[in-house]
Amino acid sequence: MKKLINHVDDVLAESLDGFAAAHGDIVSLGSERLFVQRRAIRRGKVALISGGGSGHEPLHAGFVGHGMLDAACPGHVFTSPTPNQMVAAAESVETGAGVLFIVKNYSGDLMNFQMAADLLDRDNATVIVNDDVAVENSTYTTGRRGVAGTLIVEKMVGAAAERGDKLAALKTLGETVNRATASMGVALTACTVPAAGRPTFQLGEDEMEMGVGIHGEPGRRRVKLTGADDIAAELTGAILKELAPGRGQEVILLVNGFGGTPVLELYLMVHAARKVLADSGVKAVRYLTGSYVTSLDMTGCSITLTAVDPGMLALWDAPVHTPALRWGI
Amino acid sequence: MSHSALIRAATQTLVDHVEELTALDQAIGDGDHGLNMKRGALAIQSRLQELDNKPLNEALKSMGMACISTIGGSSGPVFGTLLVTLAKDLPPAPGPADLARALGTSIAALTRLGKAEVGQKTLLDVLDPVRRLLENPGESSGEDLLARVHRCALDAAQATAQMDAIKGRASFLGERALGHVDPGSRSMALIIGAVCDSLRVTQ
Repeated sequence: MKKLINHVDDVLAESLDGFAAAHGDIVSLGSERLFVQRRAIRRGKVALISGGGSGHEPLHAGFVGHGMLDAACPGHVFTSPTPNQMVAAAESVETGAGVLFIVKNYSGDLMNFQMAADLLDRDNATVIVNDDVAVENSTYTTGRRGVAGTLIVEKMVGAAAERGDKLAALKTLGETVNRATASMGVALTACTVPAAGRPTFQLGEDEMEMGVGIHGEPGRRRVKLTGADDIAAELTGAILKELAPGRGQEVILLVNGFGGTPVLELYLMVHAARKVLADSGVKAVRYLTGSYVTSLDMTGCSITLTAVDPGMLALWDAPVHTPALRWGI
Repeated sequence: MSHSALIRAATQTLVDHVEELTALDQAIGDGDHGLNMKRGALAIQSRLQELDNKPLNEALKSMGMACISTIGGSSGPVFGTLLVTLAKDLPPAPGPADLARALGTSIAALTRLGKAEVGQKTLLDVLDPVRRLLENPGESSGEDLLARVHRCALDAAQATAQMDAIKGRASFLGERALGHVDPGSRSMALIIGAVCDSLRVTQ
């Protein structure tokens, strides 16, 4: 394992300290590093709190700031945070309008956020994000994972909270955006969790893992590596099958790197995905390209589409000022 | 009897098996289970002296809260809730029937928490066979029963390899999870085994 670290036990703490120093104009670190919070808290605004295992940076702490989250709770690498973290964050940023938790659909995250909600003596609601179409859903399973679409939910709900929407309306909006959003990913190499010291799975030189998650957990199928057009066709095709957009439907296209893939290749994938969209009569009206919901040093990418109406598009375009996303300000 | 020897044994086995637990979780999960259990085990060991002076119930509750606030992931709420529920239900010096009843309550609490049931490749598949054995130990008692419980827990964990995962991250793998032991079940069996061995020594 070759990584820029000192001791595996200190990775999270040292990275959080650097993050808080680098973005001290926007965020501050809560006591005992339990959470990252927005520096300029707006009284009377619903507090948006997310969190999850670390290793997906800039998700979630990179999205704390004006127009997005009020606080983010970082767990250990790929491990959901503990209930006391969410309670401490809520007590620090909630100002009377209630708390909306945005939670990715994993057993651990659900249980820890649920325990926090039970402990919390303030109005709260939860939106669960489950945009990964690689997982076949069923009433009997944990269901689909929350992956890169989480960014889009956090952005749109964040914009709506900023304009003054109430807790119940924000929960409904979050669920609407989640339903309009679908993602799927592919890995070319696995990631290495610092404390584990070796890659989570092994892929041959000519293999890729189709339908991979964001924790280095294996996907559904291991297949031969093909060209970018074929990969984009499979990912985008699965997403379109799920969203079933009408001809002329407008979408946001997010091509998200997993942490180890060059920007050069991500834009190539944007080009490849556009061809698939054109064939389906779907129109990409906004793009976001970069490594936003990562899986440590995994190479590969995910494609996310959100079918938008003018209202959702306005929320996407609304000003945002966070460490990782900034526009309109 | 002081609990510190028992608690040390039950936690040290997780520290000693961290590599094995990591490998099991890398096969069908995301590879964090071993490290998470080790973190919880060390958090409990750091409170050993304080735990030793408490009655059994309070010690169990305090260990459960330590799990919930330090482990994270699924294991924090699951092992934490197990300990907290046992704390509520166990008398000061529990016998096999008391343990069986408290395990029944704990299984119900974990089912509510994780929406999982027996037979779904989770640690419930270790707890339930152990509960049934304690409920109907037959002629068995004392050291013999402890040995049987130990064996029952290990076998039950091993048997999860042949179950389909429909909860947790392994569920995303579908049939690819078949043939792999559930890491949480293995941890549960290690803990039960260490508790049995520790009690046999002190009998």
